[in-house]
Amino acid sequence: MTGERRVAITGLGTITPLGIGIEPLWEGLMAGRCGLKPIEAFDASGLASRLGGEIPAFRAADYVPKSYRKSVKVMARDIEIAVAAAHAAVRDAGLNTRCLVERGEASGPANLDPTRFGANIGAGLICADLQELAGALHTAAENGQFSLARWGAEGMNNLTPLWLLKFLPNMLGCHVTIVHDAQAPSNTITCGEASSHLAIGEAYRTIARGAADVCICGGAESKINPMGVVRQQLLNRLATGWDDTPARACRPFSASRRGIVVSEGGGLLILEEMKHARARQARVYGEVIGFGASANTNSWTEPDPDGTGLLTAIRAALHDAGISADAIDAVGTFGAGLVGHDASELKALQKALGSRFDGLPAIATKGALGNAGAGAGAVDLAVCAMALAHNTLPPSLNTDDPDPECRLAFATKDPADARIRCLLSVGYSLSGGQNAALIIRKCEE
Amino acid sequence: MGRRTVITGIGWVTPLGCDIEDVWGRLLRCESGIEPTTLFDARTFPTTFSAEVKNFRLEDFLGADAARHADAARNSRFALAAAQLAWTYAGLDKAPPRRQERVGVYLGGGEGPIDFDNFVSAAVAGWSAAENRLDCVRWAAVAAERLNAVREIEQDPNMAAAHVAVQFHAAGPNFNTLTACAASTQALGEAYSIIRRGDADVMISGGAHSMIHPLGTTGFNRLTALSTRNDEYKTSSRPFDRTRDGFVLGEGSGILILEELEHARARGAKPLAEITGYGSTADAFRITDIHETGRGGIAAMRTAIESAGLTIDQIDYISTHGTGTEENDKIESLAIRTLFGERAKQVPASSVKSMFGHLIAAAGAVELITCVLAIRDGIMPPTANYREPDPNCDLDYIPNAARKAELRHVLSNSFGFGGQNDSLVLSVFEE
Repeated sequence: MTGERRVAITGLGTITPLGIGIEPLWEGLMAGRCGLKPIEAFDASGLASRLGGEIPAFRAADYVPKSYRKSVKVMARDIEIAVAAAHAAVRDAGLNTRCLVERGEASGPANLDPTRFGANIGAGLICADLQELAGALHTAAENGQFSLARWGAEGMNNLTPLWLLKFLPNMLGCHVTIVHDAQAPSNTITCGEASSHLAIGEAYRTIARGAADVCICGGAESKINPMGVVRQQLLNRLATGWDDTPARACRPFSASRRGIVVSEGGGLLILEEMKHARARQARVYGEVIGFGASANTNSWTEPDPDGTGLLTAIRAALHDAGISADAIDAVGTFGAGLVGHDASELKALQKALGSRFDGLPAIATKGALGNAGAGAGAVDLAVCAMALAHNTLPPSLNTDDPDPECRLAFATKDPADARIRCLLSVGYSLSGGQNAALIIRKCEE
Repeated sequence: MGRRTVITGIGWVTPLGCDIEDVWGRLLRCESGIEPTTLFDARTFPTTFSAEVKNFRLEDFLGADAARHADAARNSRFALAAAQLAWTYAGLDKAPPRRQERVGVYLGGGEGPIDFDNFVSAAVAGWSAAENRLDCVRWAAVAAERLNAVREIEQDPNMAAAHVAVQFHAAGPNFNTLTACAASTQALGEAYSIIRRGDADVMISGGAHSMIHPLGTTGFNRLTALSTRNDEYKTSSRPFDRTRDGFVLGEGSGILILEELEHARARGAKPLAEITGYGSTADAFRITDIHETGRGGIAAMRTAIESAGLTIDQIDYISTHGTGTEENDKIESLAIRTLFGERAKQVPASSVKSMFGHLIAAAGAVELITCVLAIRDGIMPPTANYREPDPNCDLDYIPNAARKAELRHVLSNSFGFGGQNDSLVLSVFEE
């Protein structure tokens, strides 16, 4: 929109089953590696699928100032992931925040104004730590039955006083803004798998209208806990029968797709006003030029068979960017691996892109990374930014037997060269019907 | 000047009822919506009372359409009812917008209440006394049998916004923010920004929440955030009073129809008030404490006032966050005093949480509705239960009796756990 400020992507921080930081993620995808395997965090043998995408061991305490180490005790897993991703993002961007300065990791003195540094972080419904909660709940049982009277009188005292604060969705943003001293607008978007795209879109708007100069944005979630898996099991969304072949389990847009693999992950990106980025000679991965959001109105639980909702978001993003579908050189798909959802996404992309749809270079990450809920979209966009910067499509696992309706051109085994100037990335919530689209472009001038 | 955002519809579901005029009258008369908790047996809890929504039936609002939302959680049902009231108030029921993709939803909605009995029975059944830990295999078998897919998914915090989008064919931007107690003020501020920029013409915005369930009460009781005046529950919510001992957990929803001025004019809708300013900041201090200088709240209020093109001298009334906790009320008063300087004591500032209780994510939206009504009627709602002045809280809180005043610009504050600060400026509508 005229009169608005331009917004650059200057930092990528991802924490995924393929590693800590953007480099191992990109290298892993390029090598065709899969981050899914039998869950080790707890005994998942009683569940319909034992598979999950777990992040390699990391400690949140390694990503906060020394003075803040005590606080990691009140961080749910989702928060730990966000804190680690934030550290990776500001380092990648060369932003000398409070955290990096205090940890002695800064390249120089502080180089941003905390009151102009904001956050937009997507979060899921954070699952209570079941071991912790069950450990307290069972103390209020009488003869194997839970007694609410005993719970109120004494049982609840077995929970730590700050228990609630571990699970408030805005605590991802709160810890990140405290650790890095970000005092400008801080928003928490909770719209399932669409959260990351919506949060990044909000950050883009926040900077464009001048309410902040730099925003850390994206999302993080862990579905690797008994409650997280059982919910997907109850919804019949889990890809089952692949326990011995995890690398083949999640099959976006495949004719043989059967479901999702739960996972965990986080992506936080640094968006920055273009002049601010140039003034400090920051590396610019690309520029955000379009954002659109929409809702399905057919159902709050089922995918839209016509793809109308997502189509509305894509068209809004194209309109916002002031470009036509012909200008799109590649698409970062959501690619859930679910029969109905993938069909809906294909319909939307086909209608939005018209003749551009057939043979359009595309990326689908969930075969390698699984579904990390609110964290998935930002990881996807980070991968898209790398593809844009490197003119390369990483292989998309399990896209080699495509649905006949899928005429997108994924790299199936080896990376593929692709001249990408403009890239469309989409996200939507599996339940709730929220859709979002972002368009990024190479920064030419 | 860009596109202007006016309010053309209001609706709420509150502990004092659901009728706009009736509830407004009760607030002006200092009535309390606080009673002993009935949604679960809280008799042994440190806090045995709350501000519940009473006798609520979605059919009373949606008629036959209520059936399609039969699975919706309590918070989503509140949102649907309040949205229906606001939609009707705005006259959109008779003439729905033609371009559905220009109608969006931005809620500050909470999660749905947990399926407590089944969750707990699975946790207890899965507990291995021998190993002193949860046996995940045993738990999974019980959980898969007792938990229900629909009841689980309806707890997701985006579901209220989803139900509202389907019910009102709102195909435009759809967001839910959950920034704790600041959520619905933030949602309204962002919805206002969406209309201003031109990304929608109508936004259904506000919030809905219900944390009056055993784990919600447990969480706040463990934080010692709730009042425990079980013997004096009617007067337990005492914002800014020296004897305040915590907030009172409430539930409900407030929904406002935000509309671009020309869009409202074209269909002959009458603007109730105009949103003119929005400020949002983070304390970036501690998750448990507010910054002792109130710097985040000050910056949010200042940004809201400046973005409205106003000066502090033009603010006639402040709807405070005013929770009734020791810390919030002290620091919010300090923030107002710091920002408004000499004039601070001349700006009346009240807290309707003294009567509604604290609707958590939904609090800011019902409070903004009281600001709309205050501007409309030229009367400011009181702070109930104010008896003993606190030296740390030395402003004019409109104690115990509503007060008439011509209001042109008012400020509404919401400050959430973790240092989330949001302020809106609402102005009388002038052509």
